[in-house]
Amino acid sequence: MQASVGKFTLILALSSALSLAASPLTAQDIPRLANGRPDFSGIWQTLNEANYDLEPHIARHSLQMREGPINPVPAIPTLRMGAVAAVPGSMGVIVGGGGIPYTPEARALKEEYMANWSESDPEVRCYLPGVPRATYMPMPFQIVQSENDFFIAYQYAGAVRDIYLDNPGPSQVDSWMGWSVGSWEGDTLVVDVTGLAEGTWFDRAGSHHSYELHVVERYTMIGPNHIEYTATIEDPQVLTEPFTIKMPIYRRIEENARLMDFRCVEFVEELIYGEARRHPLPRNID
Amino acid sequence: MRNQIKTMCLGMLSLTGLVLAQIAVAQGNDIKRTPSGHPDLSGTYDVSTLTPMTRPREFGDKMFLTNDEAAVIAARALERDIERNRASDPNRTAPPQGGDGSTGASGNVGGYNTFWTDAGTSAFQIDGNWRTSIIIDPPDGQFPPVTDERRAARREALGAGEAAPVREGGANDGTAYWLDAGLDAPGPYDNPEQRPFAERCLLSFSSTGGPPMMPALYNNHKRIVQSEDTVIIQIEMVHEARIVRMNAEHDPAHITKWLGDSIGWWEDDTLVVETTNFRDTPAYSQGSANMKVTERFRMESGDKLIYTFTVDDPTVWSAPFTGEYAWPRSPNKVFEYACHEANYALEGIMKGARMLEAEFRGEAPEGVPNPTR
Repeated sequence: MQASVGKFTLILALSSALSLAASPLTAQDIPRLANGRPDFSGIWQTLNEANYDLEPHIARHSLQMREGPINPVPAIPTLRMGAVAAVPGSMGVIVGGGGIPYTPEARALKEEYMANWSESDPEVRCYLPGVPRATYMPMPFQIVQSENDFFIAYQYAGAVRDIYLDNPGPSQVDSWMGWSVGSWEGDTLVVDVTGLAEGTWFDRAGSHHSYELHVVERYTMIGPNHIEYTATIEDPQVLTEPFTIKMPIYRRIEENARLMDFRCVEFVEELIYGEARRHPLPRNID
Repeated sequence: MRNQIKTMCLGMLSLTGLVLAQIAVAQGNDIKRTPSGHPDLSGTYDVSTLTPMTRPREFGDKMFLTNDEAAVIAARALERDIERNRASDPNRTAPPQGGDGSTGASGNVGGYNTFWTDAGTSAFQIDGNWRTSIIIDPPDGQFPPVTDERRAARREALGAGEAAPVREGGANDGTAYWLDAGLDAPGPYDNPEQRPFAERCLLSFSSTGGPPMMPALYNNHKRIVQSEDTVIIQIEMVHEARIVRMNAEHDPAHITKWLGDSIGWWEDDTLVVETTNFRDTPAYSQGSANMKVTERFRMESGDKLIYTFTVDDPTVWSAPFTGEYAWPRSPNKVFEYACHEANYALEGIMKGARMLEAEFRGEAPEGVPNPTR
């Protein structure tokens, strides 16, 4: 086996020395730190519809809808956005293919939130996204990793997470991005997240949680440019049982891939404070 | 009693100063290194210091404090904190309307008291010497003169009334004083965009994120994470993450960023970070879009990083200036500074101004009546 790998590498080297130099990894190899741990450093992004709705769903007219004479139609807040505010369909990201195992009360609250989406989704107001939603916001994030550190900077809202590899004990107080403690299981980084404040959601479909949320994330490199990501979500206040979401994360391989500024606080000032201006701008279209 | 405490503190601190100076010399070789051999800067630092940016006039051209002078500075701060942290008199009367006349973040009615502030407990020391100021060049420890153009622009802005109208002394007397100039006169609370970045939760105050990164009244933690091609500097206040691309080129000039575009390289054991591409409103608010900041990070010992910065902005200052201060390691972890998510104050500030304007015009303001009237 060792010999055949060596021969394969030799052939590659002879046939394409330049491209080998630029990309020294074979498809199965993953980058590693000097201490042998997988090296997740880089700019990453998911490519799916999870932020619209974790559950399996067909496409919908709009992020927010109301009853129409024949069928549901876009609600007033998203009406002018037309197809831009429509929701693409998805087979969902929940392992096993089902929905979120909400209690009946929690399911009813989710539907109420969804019906009033523009007034209740924390993303609309540029609030910190929480975990796991930060992972599948439709923007890149950057991991910077060394032997003792694993730090994630997200483009959306400039959110940050310091994954503590030295297990500092339980979280002291709740926060938007939670308290993340990482440990290695072989080549998988397991991140235990507690101390998550209840103000965040899982998606734009009203999927909420309580302060008893507990998330266990698993990051596994399945190639030099792919991470398999799972997050198991427990919340005894709103769920009848835990559920797990699973998705690939892709490396942004463009040479000029960057985390750009997305300081959206500025972008929502008109929404949040516009009515309190001395001379308010018009708020309605008609 | 207070004199006793003061004497005790002075004694303790001068002793500490001497001991620290010796340790600093002895610790040169305990600097951790990364697998590639560079100094390992990663960790958490508490950059609070009692040494000011510019040198107090009393020190003239003196760059260093004696141990006794440093001890006096620390003892005065400690004494002040002890005094301000005394238990309140439970039988005290309400302060007068509009405040008791004291100023600053811990003064007046509703201001932060000392419990909330954390501006350091001593001056800082570099290579065994206590410093009188952060600025070291110009050698007098002061900013270089601003350019004639900048001075003229400021004067013009003031003359045109563009600067926000402020009451003498800065006191908020609870009226819509800006309407003294006429019922249509512009005021400082007309739009959220007129408020300072920190009030809007867009940036911290005091340029904690910079660059240059400066110490502030509180929340002085910095967190460095270092890989071969990227250095992240997390700044506690308003959860900034400065991302330094190592051995890279700057982005095109029109790609401006709130904290600028930072690239880095190693010069021997010093990390050098160069930042350009600022917006016209950098976090270091005195600067302009043309600012270039060069920062140097070196470990003086395993427990102390020395942060040096040079600001070059020919639009604003007639010469570059350089400052440096010490970043001691801290065992703390940086807690999340979620500002915008609970920024009820800005809405209150805006709506409060609308009420005061209505009151000024003799109209019944909407909302809850002011209970003090």
